[in-house]
This record gives sequence, structure tokens and C-alpha cells, in this order.
Amino acid sequence: MGEDAESPKINHTFLRDYVTEADVISTVEFNQTGDLLATGDKGGRVVIFQRETELKGESEEACEVGDSGEYNVYSTFQSHEPDFDYLKSLEIEEKINKIRWLPQQNAAHFLLSTNDKTVKLWKVSERDKRPEGYNLKDEEGRIKDVSTITSLRVPVLKPTDLMVEVRPRRVFANGHTYHINSISVNSDGETYLSADDLRINMWHLDITDRSFNIVDIKPANMEDLTEVITAAEFHPHHCHLFVYSSSKGTLRLCDMRASALCDKHTKLFEEPEDPGSRSFFSEIISSVSDVKFSHSGRYLLTRDYLTAKVWDLNMDKGPVETYQVHEYLRSKLCSLYENDCIFDKFECVWNSSDSVIMTGAYNSFFRMFDRETGRGVTLEAWRENSKPRAVLRTRRVYTGGKRRRGDVGVDSLDFTKKILHMAWHPAENIIAIAATNNLYIFQDRVNPDAQTQ
Amino acid sequence: MEVSAEAKRIMVVALGKLYSSRTQRGGLRLHRSLLLTLVMKSARDIYHAAQTTPAEGMEEDQQPSEVEMTTETSDTPELQGPASLPLMAADADVQGRTQNQENTCLSGPPHHTRKRRGKATAEPDFLPCKKAKLEYGTAQQLIVTSVLVDYANCSSELGPSPSPIPLQTVIAAC
Repeated sequence: MGEDAESPKINHTFLRDYVTEADVISTVEFNQTGDLLATGDKGGRVVIFQRETELKGESEEACEVGDSGEYNVYSTFQSHEPDFDYLKSLEIEEKINKIRWLPQQNAAHFLLSTNDKTVKLWKVSERDKRPEGYNLKDEEGRIKDVSTITSLRVPVLKPTDLMVEVRPRRVFANGHTYHINSISVNSDGETYLSADDLRINMWHLDITDRSFNIVDIKPANMEDLTEVITAAEFHPHHCHLFVYSSSKGTLRLCDMRASALCDKHTKLFEEPEDPGSRSFFSEIISSVSDVKFSHSGRYLLTRDYLTAKVWDLNMDKGPVETYQVHEYLRSKLCSLYENDCIFDKFECVWNSSDSVIMTGAYNSFFRMFDRETGRGVTLEAWRENSKPRAVLRTRRVYTGGKRRRGDVGVDSLDFTKKILHMAWHPAENIIAIAATNNLYIFQDRVNPDAQTQ
Repeated sequence: MEVSAEAKRIMVVALGKLYSSRTQRGGLRLHRSLLLTLVMKSARDIYHAAQTTPAEGMEEDQQPSEVEMTTETSDTPELQGPASLPLMAADADVQGRTQNQENTCLSGPPHHTRKRRGKATAEPDFLPCKKAKLEYGTAQQLIVTSVLVDYANCSSELGPSPSPIPLQTVIAAC
């Protein structure tokens, strides 16, 4: 595997690619207030960014670096290590598949991070004071000679440099035979679900040795396997409802009040297939790669290979809105299949007011769709084309008609630069885009708050 | 003709990807393997459809194609799992060869080579031809073929596996 030592040049390339591979960001997530942003990478590390508090009354003035609500590194820690399943002789990747923040209940922050097999709960806390003036220890911590102590004093808390401590609080292991693709914290604040290819488990945040299996689509005979679970999420308000998507392009809404095992869905959302567009790759491109509830809880947003769809929970016959993300790729499916790009799993996100949806594409492009007008815009996350504080230009992929300057031809798209992971601030128009091993944070200065749009 | 050539190519690529996914870090990706198998099934169906049109008019293929049709109609109503698909693809290969060889394939006992057949050792033109038991009308009993048997063997090369391995074990082994 890449160990061809024919020439030094090849070795160097191998090493460089290897180093970079671990830095590839694999998940991005804001916390509920948006003050913290966590990223996970293929090397199993989590990096948390914190938003610098803005100075008051300076919305339009030029700001100094660091004073403008920018995100800076807050903490970094190794969440998962490469592991080995001895029974099956299989390596378990340390890549962080998902991070989800818990709602904040005290001064500390908690987040769940997961790789293919194990979910971990981490506590992120700050320490900016330390006690000084011990009676039995001196300043360096050495035990004092008791005979030298002549008086008693009460230790005082003195401020110190800010220290961020991250500690693992729970490890939820051995719950999954297949690869975990999603985790979702319940609105009850006590439970969360984890989903793999065939099963969904529900855990209590305080209990690590037990979980409830709530969905099991593993057939009795694996030869009859026709679909797998691709994503799952709890409803944002109703703690008994959750949705999961499948590789067949269907969504299933389940109500945990109906039965302990939710194999029978409460609602099945499915769009009838258009027989005219059938091709070799119809199954692959209809597989849903991500599903997200709207903040209101009324709608679902799904992403398959070529489109993003909005579904109304009240209507299961089909999506209410369909957005073409990169329809120009439909004629290129064969080459995308050969270079594996057809298997890429793009995420999709809502803005805070559920009026705009966003998803990624290739060539460092990502797309935003305004639900009211139905119009989409293409933006680019690429360092060389944007300096800090520069305004993002809209981009276009040339698909025919009049060609404008700056248009990119379909054949010039760089399919190695894919925007798979992204997050939208819960309240403001700030987005975080992961482009391979770079994180881009874009802020809307014109309309910083979603409500003004 | 172009359609069948494309279908053939897609099947070959899918098999290549399935083989190479065994050496990937993190083990077998069920979702990806399932999608690849579904693509192979699509390609196989289209390949067969293209092959059996009268315009093709290849006499030598008449009988094998009838064989294929029988098998196909018998198994498409039942939801054939991924297990049978590489077998059908292998049968498509047989179509291009003499009937004798096909009979050998059909009549021999289910025999799964322990040795993994990489692309280099595969039949030069098309897919590896694996001897497998084929029973008309009871297509559900199609035995897991080399591709998925290799999944079972991928973690350990212990012992031959002449008896059909339940796919559960195969997948669980990954």
C-alpha cells in the first residue's frame, strides 16, 4: 500500500500525503450558543475554537484583529486513537465521524465525539484560578516540615493564566458491530442515539454499559440486504421522535412511544423514482448522505449525490422543494464512479431561521439556496482566491449559453477538492466550511443576524 | 453493443473496488459494498437485456442466454441479495464461452478457491469464472461466491470453506 520504494520521490510523496491525511477535517459543529466551534479530523483529534467576545458598539467600524468576533483555537485534544479488533483482525480507524455538543448546564462544556465504533463524552472546562497559601505544602508543592509551621492561614484563590482542560467523562464502547455514521443528542438532555449501518442504539448519557436498540434493519439472511442506514437525528423538540435515512433514498420517522423497537416506521418519506432518469448509477446517487431537521422541527433537509431536498413532515409523498446542487455532473457519473467520487457523502445544513440551506460540492465550491426565491448561489472556499475580510465572490460553473469571465468549465473542476463538512451558526450568519485540512469561517457583515434577512 | 460494453466495464470496476476495499483501513464498508453490488446488479441486468435482443443474433449464445433468462426470471421476483450477483456476473462471462465450460461450472460441486483471485490472475477479458452450483427454480440457494467468500477469508486464511458461508458470518467477519 504505497510502499513502493523505487525512487526517493515516490517515498516523499507518500509521506507528505500520509501526514496530510491525518489533518483532513471530518466533522464540524457549532455548540448551541455558537461561541464554540469543534472540528474533528481523520487523525482522531478534536480542535475547539472559541469566538472572541466583540467589543460593544463597533459593528461598522474597522476592527482590530482578535476583537471582531473571530474564532481562535481554544483547545486541542486527542479524542480517539487507532484501535484494533482482535477478533475480526480489523483496524478501527481513529477518524472522528461526528461531534455533537450537549446543551450547556453549568460552566463546563460537554461534547460527544465518535469514531467508527466508540462514542466518547468529553468535558471541557476552564481553570483560571488556583489556590495559594497552603499550610502543609510550600510554593513548589513540597511537604513542609511540620515543626516550621507556626500559624494557620486559609488558602486564597489567585488568578492564573487561563487553562482549558479536557477530560473524558464517559466511553460508550461495544455498542456497534457496524460503522457508526451518526450521533444525535435528544432534546430531553439525558439521552442520545448512535446509528450504524444497520442499527440505531439509544444511550443514557450517564450509563456506559448498556444501550437500547431502537432500530434494527439487519435481515435474518444477510444475502437479503438491500439497504443500510445512512444518517439519523432526533427531533429538535419532541424527544420521542427521530428520523433516519437510508441508502435507498427513503426517510423514516419513528415514534418511540409506539413500541420499544422502532423497526416499523411511523412515517415513510419516499419520492417515486423517475423512470426516465434511470441509469446504472441510480441507486448510488439516490442514497441519502445526510438528514437534518429544521430548527422549527417542521421540515427535513436531505442530501443525495446530485440534489438537496426539503421535506415537510406532514407530507410523505415527496419533497416539497428540490435543489439541484450540481446537475452538470449527471452526464459524468461513469467517471465519478471510477474515481470513487460518486461515493462522497456531502452534508447539508439549515441557517438559523430555516430560510436558507447550504451544502457542499467539488472544486472547493459550496452552494446556498434561498428557500423563498428558490435561487442558488455558488461560493468558493479557497485560500488563494480570498484574503481575510475579502468579500466572497459568487462563482459559476459553465454549463452552456453565454460564458462569463470567471466561469469554470465542468471538465476543469477539481474533484479532489470537495466540501463535505460544514456548519452554520445557530443564531447568526456565520458559517464554518471544512475544505480538506483547512477550516474557513465566513461571516455575513451586511446581515449578521438571520432575522434581518 | 455500447451499452453492454459499458455494463461489462462497470461490473469489472465494481469487482475491482470490492476486492481492493478489503485492504482498506477500517475494514469492510458495508454501505459502499452494498452500493457496488447494486451497481453490478444494474449493469448485469442491462448487460443481459442488451445481449438477449434479437438484433444481437449470436447463435452460440442462444442456449446459454436462455439459461440465463430462466435463471433470471426465477430469481428476479425474489429479492436476490448481493450474494448472488457476482455469480450472475460470472455467468455472463460464461455466456461468451463454450457451452461445455458452462456445464462444467454448473455441474461441479461448489468449490471456492482459498486463493484470492486478484485482477492479475483473473480472466483476461472479463470476470473470473467461478465454479458454482446453479439450481434452476431454487435460485435462493445460490451460494455465496468467491467475492464474498473472500470477505470471510480476508481476516484469516484458516482452512478451506467448501460449504456455503452464511453471509451473516461473512459480514460479521468484516
